[in-house]
Amino acid sequence: MALKIALFGITRDIVGQPTLEMPTPAPATVGALLDHMRAHYPALGQLRSCAVAVNNEYAPADQALGPNDEIALIPPVAGG
Amino acid sequence: MTPHLSITDQPIDVAAALAAVQTDAAGAVNSFIGTVRNQSGGRRVRRLHYESYDSMALTQLGHVVAQAYEKWPMLQEVAVVHRKGTLNLGDVAVVVAVATPHRAESFAACQFIIDTLKQVVTIWKREEYEDGTEWVAAHP
Repeated sequence: MALKIALFGITRDIVGQPTLEMPTPAPATVGALLDHMRAHYPALGQLRSCAVAVNNEYAPADQALGPNDEIALIPPVAGG
Repeated sequence: MTPHLSITDQPIDVAAALAAVQTDAAGAVNSFIGTVRNQSGGRRVRRLHYESYDSMALTQLGHVVAQAYEKWPMLQEVAVVHRKGTLNLGDVAVVVAVATPHRAESFAACQFIIDTLKQVVTIWKREEYEDGTEWVAAHP
């Protein structure tokens, strides 16, 4: 099962593409996804924050991820 | 009382946002208009690029406005319009407009909405300077 991750702002620049497909981490949680991403893209660890959104909501580290979830990395926002 | 929330790549019509909150039940309309400034942290800004994760931005904006309605039950109408894409100096980046029966709550609710928007709504700003660009707030 693969996950599709949407990337925005500086996370898209770091990864170099607007979406990323990756094998589901074990365990299939938000926290494991972030660990995996930071290991592959160390520049993500330099950010002031990097959250994960699942289905348009900020997701806690222990939230489970499924193949039908809309997942995105959320670097520090700067609207307004 | 359904809030008027939108993210647009077109110039913001400020008058339309104010008109959207017009109601005979309100004695106060308060608005915040965010515009593009010519400098940031001592660097000259040439233009801004806003990027939005639209579906989440609108979801989170809906939460922000719902919180405002909880905090100020007398709140009547709310409009929030945020621009995305490339903006030049002086362009309007965001408009928040609220209508309440009396003025004190209108100031408070308007400030709460813009302050909270900046914390949670998934919009990113890349500043363009004479000598490069930078994602705002990305690094400590």
